[in-house]
Amino acid sequence: MPVNTKAIGKKYEPTTYAVGREKIKEYARAVGETNPLHLDEKAAREAGYADVVAPPMFAVVYSSPSVAPSLFDPEVEMNFAMMVHGGQEFEWGPLVLAGDEITTTASVKDISERDGRGYYVFESVSVNQRGEQVCRGTWTNIVRGV
Amino acid sequence: MAEISFSQGAQIPEVRVTPDKYLTNRYAGASGDFNPIHIDEEFAKAVGLPGRILHGLWSMAQVARAQTEAAGGPAALKRLSVQFRGMGVPEQEVVVTGTVREAADGRVLVDTVAEQGGTQIIRNAEAELQV
Repeated sequence: MPVNTKAIGKKYEPTTYAVGREKIKEYARAVGETNPLHLDEKAAREAGYADVVAPPMFAVVYSSPSVAPSLFDPEVEMNFAMMVHGGQEFEWGPLVLAGDEITTTASVKDISERDGRGYYVFESVSVNQRGEQVCRGTWTNIVRGV
Repeated sequence: MAEISFSQGAQIPEVRVTPDKYLTNRYAGASGDFNPIHIDEEFAKAVGLPGRILHGLWSMAQVARAQTEAAGGPAALKRLSVQFRGMGVPEQEVVVTGTVREAADGRVLVDTVAEQGGTQIIRNAEAELQV
């Protein structure tokens, strides 16, 4: 069965995520960060930041609420039972700090088929409360046996 | 912070980390990804996995950490792209290595991978650093 490409270009409702200090610390501890910029607001302030700094991969946390509905969109027709997360790219702009509000918009970037596999590529663009792009994510999911 | 020379062919310092038995539960809570293949042993086995597997994005975060620790902080990491292959498991050491492919005008490209038990769980990864 060929992949259905009609959802390419579809955009989803933006979501806004309020970045909390303790959430950054929780995330930083879970991924083994030891840099005090992520764990200690005093150290962050001494380094010139207003509050603790999110590790770059915290992008997963603030962009997922926007990306998740695109993955489950019935129009995308992605077969979850046969899906693996094949690849991921993030491109970062200014750092995200506790207290920021990050608005993310997800879209379907591409759907294609190669060697019996379906490639479902989603994009997330995240901007902070000043309109600066803090992250662009490219999420590639591979479905076997399409 | 280690002093690294980001010249072509240089290795970044390895990151070695052994995710403990409960790591996937903590990462699920921290990230919001509660897919049962990461936190429920019985579910994971029922869908043909050897047991609970690591979140790919946790493993990617280890690759990211290797770059930011080498480059002196989170602001240095401008881009990271990875391919997930195979699967990582708890309670076995993950090793992240990287080699500088290109370095010019403070912009550095690093080829980097994460492996566990001799198998790459993140491969063909490329990091772009501003140093």
